[in-house]
Amino acid sequence: MLDGRGLIRRRAGARLWLSGLWLTVFVLAAVLAPLISPQDPLAQDLMLERLPPAWVAGSEPGYWLGTDSLGRDVLSRIIYGAQVALAVALVAGLATCLIGSALGLVAGFYRGWADRIISRIVDIWMAFPPVLFAILLIAVLGTGLTSVILAIVIIDWTRFCRVVRAETLNQSKMDYVHSAKVAGFTRLRTLLSEILPNVLPVIVALLTLEMGIAVIVEAILSFVNLSISTDQPTWGGMIAEGRTSIHQAWWVLVFPLIALFFTVLSFAQFGEGLRERFDPVLR
Amino acid sequence: MSGFLEIRGLSARLAGTGQRLLRAVDISLPAGSVRGLVGESGAGKSMIGKAVLGVLPKAVEIVEGEILLDGQDLLKVPPAERRRLIGAKAALIPQDPLTALNPSRRIGPQITDRLVDILGWEKARAASRALEVLAEVSIPEPERVMRLYPHELSGGMRQRILIASAFAAEPKLIVADEPTTALDVTVQKQILKLISALQARHGTALLFVTHDLGVVSKVCDTLSVLYAGKVVEDTTVERFFAAPQHPYSRALLAATPRHTDPAASLQPVPQAVIDAAMAEIAAADAAWSAHG
Amino acid sequence: MADSIFQVSDLRVDVPDMTRKPLFGAAPRLEILKGISFEIPRGAVLGIVGGSGSGKTTLGRTLVRLVEPNAGRLLFDGRDIAHLSDAGMRPLRPRIQMIFQDPMSSLNPRLTVGRTIAAPLGAKVSDARVKAALEQVGLPADFAGRYPHELSGGQRQRVGIARAIAMRPDFILADEIVSGLDVSSQAQVLMLLEQLVADLGLTLVFISHDLSVIRRLCSRVIVLRAGEIVEDAATADLFERPRHAYTRELLDAIPIPDPSVRW
Ligand SMILES: Nc1ncnc2c1ncn2[C@@H]1O[C@H](COP(=O)(O)OP(=O)(O)OP(=O)(O)O)[C@@H](O)[C@H]1O
Ligand SMILES: Nc1ncnc2c1ncn2[C@@H]1O[C@H](COP(=O)(O)OP(=O)(O)OP(=O)(O)O)[C@@H](O)[C@H]1O
Ligand SMILES: [Mg+2]
Ligand SMILES: [Mg+2]
Repeated sequence: MLDGRGLIRRRAGARLWLSGLWLTVFVLAAVLAPLISPQDPLAQDLMLERLPPAWVAGSEPGYWLGTDSLGRDVLSRIIYGAQVALAVALVAGLATCLIGSALGLVAGFYRGWADRIISRIVDIWMAFPPVLFAILLIAVLGTGLTSVILAIVIIDWTRFCRVVRAETLNQSKMDYVHSAKVAGFTRLRTLLSEILPNVLPVIVALLTLEMGIAVIVEAILSFVNLSISTDQPTWGGMIAEGRTSIHQAWWVLVFPLIALFFTVLSFAQFGEGLRERFDPVLR
Repeated sequence: MSGFLEIRGLSARLAGTGQRLLRAVDISLPAGSVRGLVGESGAGKSMIGKAVLGVLPKAVEIVEGEILLDGQDLLKVPPAERRRLIGAKAALIPQDPLTALNPSRRIGPQITDRLVDILGWEKARAASRALEVLAEVSIPEPERVMRLYPHELSGGMRQRILIASAFAAEPKLIVADEPTTALDVTVQKQILKLISALQARHGTALLFVTHDLGVVSKVCDTLSVLYAGKVVEDTTVERFFAAPQHPYSRALLAATPRHTDPAASLQPVPQAVIDAAMAEIAAADAAWSAHG
Repeated sequence: MADSIFQVSDLRVDVPDMTRKPLFGAAPRLEILKGISFEIPRGAVLGIVGGSGSGKTTLGRTLVRLVEPNAGRLLFDGRDIAHLSDAGMRPLRPRIQMIFQDPMSSLNPRLTVGRTIAAPLGAKVSDARVKAALEQVGLPADFAGRYPHELSGGQRQRVGIARAIAMRPDFILADEIVSGLDVSSQAQVLMLLEQLVADLGLTLVFISHDLSVIRRLCSRVIVLRAGEIVEDAATADLFERPRHAYTRELLDAIPIPDPSVRW
């Protein structure tokens, strides 16, 4: 044919590789924490308090990113902190995604009473201010990793539900859905094999975004001391502690912040990159 | 005689891949006359219209050639000046009346904005001009229609409004890009008659993009047949329909539906004709890159 | 009558008119089809023409039961399918196929051509059947791996045809399938359809707003205006002796590619 279609191909973006690289490091750090962390993250040693990072004068070998005011190794604590961040991102992200997307698909495709009930609940849910809602939930559920994850799921499923429902509604109006009916597909099959592949890119984008949000929410809750017990290092907790000694030991604050920042950024970029790479319509 | 619009040796290509989209196109359009631009999908018809109006997609770059509008080469003036020139002298009638109007704004301002913003008219003058052109395209109760939203009007009415809007600034050149493909045959006839009448009354030059030779035979004086971005035939309507010269033109004519002679119409373009046309283009390309 | 594949009598479709809905209470009904009766003989190619908004698409979608009529009888093979449920229709679906107007939105953008054609045929179908269908519509077999956006308009419409005929249906509805194509692809697709109808012994309903493409393909034509049939005649008769003023208006509106013919 006489046209330029198909000649324009996107490069597999640096976006995907860079964010993928960071997330791999993140996951490996979390999984292999006991093997790779140079020190015991909980070991306090007042002789070693507030050691600067390795490249600053006065550092001690073996404490690459320095130590905090109790003499605990910052690098090891960041590595162990990745465990909590990873658990929250995976469990909270996936659970939120599954619940929200399933309800959104059902509401958008079957319409009728299912849609009315789900949409009404979403409306009511969204009327609560999320931060207050979270603090309230933790107060009721008690602190701890499970509570944090539950709180995130309970608050954030509406985000998926709304977006997925709207997208499903859009797709349901397309002729390829009518065409599936003419072909004799059952409703369920039409939903799963025709509509879902077209809603999936939106779901993936939301999921990676949600994983980043979950990491932040956990950090915020740790920061206000509502998350996990103090013997498990968390990035939010480290940031809270680092804040108090910012003038004496900036590294206690800065390094966990950097870890948090790159992780959240990478999740979002990874989602976008996956789409660029694998969505046949964009390719 | 040189035309009001004069395109000379215009070549364009896709910036990324270097694929050629227009191949040394020559088109001359005297003031007050109508030229059809025909060819199959992807031949580059819209591309020429867009080049004239200065709205080519970013991915497309002009390699060489001139576009003279009223004697001035649009490709040699700075962009701001070019926009002003085009805004004052040319207008577009777009293809799809459903998407060409902003759905959340009333009709009136959508017509007057251009007059006020680009030509610097006073609001009152623009409004009275809008009423005038709406009446000219036979819209009943123009005052009321000015206050309506696009979705409150049928497709045919919306296309009339786009035509009114194109003629509002008294342009000397109008590019109509398949203005009736979204409409049914009876409405198409009304709209085409309307465009022809307005064009004749105002002495506007009209560049009419279409793939339908039936329409060309009714509204155009001259036509250019495009194939793969190359003008393969440039002739008058009378001569073309009496005896098309290029084999591709003949094939295109035989493909056009003609219910008065069903046996001789709707014939697909033979592969041999396509092969020959492609060979001709390849030869021209080779000669071109040899001298360039 | 046994030799009619469809018998339609007094078919009515109306929808709630939301633009005139009062703040409280039900919206008034908007009649789209106002009592339509006709028959489609087996093996016939029937054209349905009419202006925009005359109800052609609604009529077509009622025949394939994407729309449920509000009243009237709709006999397919002697059996009334007017109010069959989704489940009741399912065994009949493979026999009643449709090709859609907009080939972009009627092909799933995230499925390859091959999967689009194979999916309705069931899990066990071989690539051979997909390949055969592609071949029948004149597309190379390797198009099975392409996505819809990698095809031209005419090619997409061929995929739509391939999907319909791969089911080996008795009946196909084609709704404005060439309106979005340029003349040369139009001619190709029409030729293809003409040949397939002859080869496969299909019954075809061809919807268009342009009488000139109908002349070539159809044996009978129904002219629809504002939800009513104004003329139902053999194609040759309709073109030579149009009885209704609206039919003449439709005929006169066609631009014949000849500058000497007044328009
Ligand atoms: N934005 C773009 N980027 C890259 N290529 C483009 C772009 N727009 C058009 N093209 C290519 O330029 C060529 C000419 O396109 P053009 O729109 O002028 O065709 P046309 O003759 O108007 O066809 P149609 O009848 O389908 O409107 C085609 O090969 C097309 O694929
Ligand atoms: N779901 C609906 N709700 C309200 N009005 C509808 C609905 N479906 C169709 N209509 C109206 O019914 C009329 C007939 O529509 P239909 O699509 O059948 O016409 P058509 O002959 O196919 O027109 P076209 O040539 O534009 O495709 C139109 O006026 C349309 O606006
Ligand atoms: Mg175009
Ligand atoms: Mg229709």
